[in-house]
Amino acid sequence: MRSYFRAPLTSLSGPVQPPPPGVCPLSLAAIMSSIISVANLSKTYGSGFKALKNVNLDIKRGEIFALLGPNGAGKTTLISIICGIANPSEGRVLVGGEDIQTSYRKARSLIGLVPQELHTDAFESVWATVSFSRGLFGKPKNPAHIEKVLKDLSLWDKKDNKIITLSGGMKRRVMIAKALSHEPQILFLDEPTAGVDVELRKGMWEVVRTLQQSGVTIILTTHYIEEAEEMADRIGVINKGEIVLVEDKTTLMHKLGKKRLTLHLQGKIAALPENLHHYELELCDNGATLVYDYDTKGERTGITSLLGDLRTAGIRFNDLDTTQSSLEDIFVDLVRTS
Amino acid sequence: MNHRAIRAIYLFEMARTWRTLLQSIVSPVVSTSLYFVVFGAAIGSRISQVEGVSYGTFIVPGLIMLSVLTQSIANASFGIYFPKFTGTIYEILSAPISYFEIVLGYVGAAATKSIILGLIILATAGLFVPLHIHHPIWMLAFLVLTAVTFSLFGFIIGIWADGFEKLQMIPMLVVTPLTFLGGSFYSIDMLPPTWRTVALLNPVVYLISGFRWSFYEIVDVSVAVSIGMTIAFLVICLVVIWWIFRTGYRLKN
Ligand SMILES: Nc1ncnc2c1ncn2[C@@H]1O[C@H](COP(=O)(O)OP(=O)(O)OP(=O)(O)O)[C@@H](O)[C@H]1O
Ligand SMILES: [Mg+2]
Repeated sequence: MRSYFRAPLTSLSGPVQPPPPGVCPLSLAAIMSSIISVANLSKTYGSGFKALKNVNLDIKRGEIFALLGPNGAGKTTLISIICGIANPSEGRVLVGGEDIQTSYRKARSLIGLVPQELHTDAFESVWATVSFSRGLFGKPKNPAHIEKVLKDLSLWDKKDNKIITLSGGMKRRVMIAKALSHEPQILFLDEPTAGVDVELRKGMWEVVRTLQQSGVTIILTTHYIEEAEEMADRIGVINKGEIVLVEDKTTLMHKLGKKRLTLHLQGKIAALPENLHHYELELCDNGATLVYDYDTKGERTGITSLLGDLRTAGIRFNDLDTTQSSLEDIFVDLVRTS
Repeated sequence: MNHRAIRAIYLFEMARTWRTLLQSIVSPVVSTSLYFVVFGAAIGSRISQVEGVSYGTFIVPGLIMLSVLTQSIANASFGIYFPKFTGTIYEILSAPISYFEIVLGYVGAAATKSIILGLIILATAGLFVPLHIHHPIWMLAFLVLTAVTFSLFGFIIGIWADGFEKLQMIPMLVVTPLTFLGGSFYSIDMLPPTWRTVALLNPVVYLISGFRWSFYEIVDVSVAVSIGMTIAFLVICLVVIWWIFRTGYRLKN
């Protein structure tokens, strides 16, 4: 994983893409308006455990939002409350402008949910269970739509199979099909690609992108940071029940454009000489190394002049290396410090 | 009203019935036939008549009630327990559907199944003993009322149960004894006075008495009391279910 998600960073950090053709021409205000609005949400479980602490979060219409966080951070709890599976202890959630408690019918009919755990029927056929979901959400029969969903998820040839005879990855896709059966405007994917092989994972990303192009808002949780990098428009990080960061991916990626130059000095120095004071330099390891942070996207990195000034100051070094921070570094940092 | 959702749940539950046809229909019919052989033919031949009808005929309403009660509870409790057990309940809870609609779907299917079963047992009984039903409409009304009431009761058990033992416990330890002691196989007039008073504390006595009245016009307690008690139990179940959904008891965290 690690090496993979370092490689394609630069290609992702370009300017914001124009919306792909086919995105409905809503006014900018409508596009930017939030489809989910979570305000001061807290959750205390019966055991007394506080799983969410005053969470505030807005999801924009039409975006793909990735929620990252370590095990037990509260991702599933947050999703469960928005979808009506758990009761909030405090706070308010609006979905499409409707309160999830007082106007639950309208709110819930907008949402498709793919939970983290594999909860499926056993003896029903794939077709029957997906059609059941559509009925449950009050939609009239539409075999053509169900067919399309099953085909998109490569389940068409399994449509008459009993669910119990499917593999784990197929079952997960059945759950996605159930969530899509009623044409939701919002799709929650709680770790959609856990246990799904690499090829199918890519296929699923494709499905998710197509959905986004048709106007569906997607909220996904994942432990694969590459997945967030690959898919999301915005990224939120949650830890111990608190949202610690919400940022556009491109902004985050810009931060990732930062590189660090480490110079291993031949001899220790006590302090920086006068002519180096205007650099963002840090003296580490008791004066054995110099650390310089620079922006690869900047007009100039300043490396050339730094090296020149080092020579002028008579500072020599044995070795140098550069490192690039990844989304994972940011993530790990955040989680450690929060 | 999300009528499509009610329909979806109802048909889903009925499909489960057809899939398990053998267990759902055939086994109660077999066991009822055994009751007729044992009680009707073997023992009944030594008992003359009970209040003017032959013993074999006398036990028919009680036998039907026995099956309808146990099957209503079993169907409804299993119907809602199973999604809790497998986790598929998430979908019901996240659907745009009211609690009333959920109950309508599950309880409707469970009650339908036990009404069909009751009628099949009635037909089976007709093969063993001569039957005539004085008040067919009332007979059906009692059948439906009992099936609905005990399906509601089963629904409550299914929500309350957090393991398979609990699911079995109430039907085994409470309902079956109450039914056997509730006058399925005898008239409570046959009991000594003290036991007769005790028997009147058993709600099943009222169900069976009313149901038997619709067949033969013989009663242990008055018909009005029978109907009143059944409806009272129905209302209690409804109130409990209303409370369950209001609080999310054992359904939502
Ligand atoms: N029903 C429950 N009762 C008590 N505590 C719970 C319950 N469900 C979850 N928790 C606790 O709430 C916290 C958040 O759990 P949650 O499932 O939301 O985490 P998560 O971010 O989805 O984790 P993961 O990445 O492992 O899926 C955990 O500490 C968990 O133990
Ligand atoms: Mg989770």
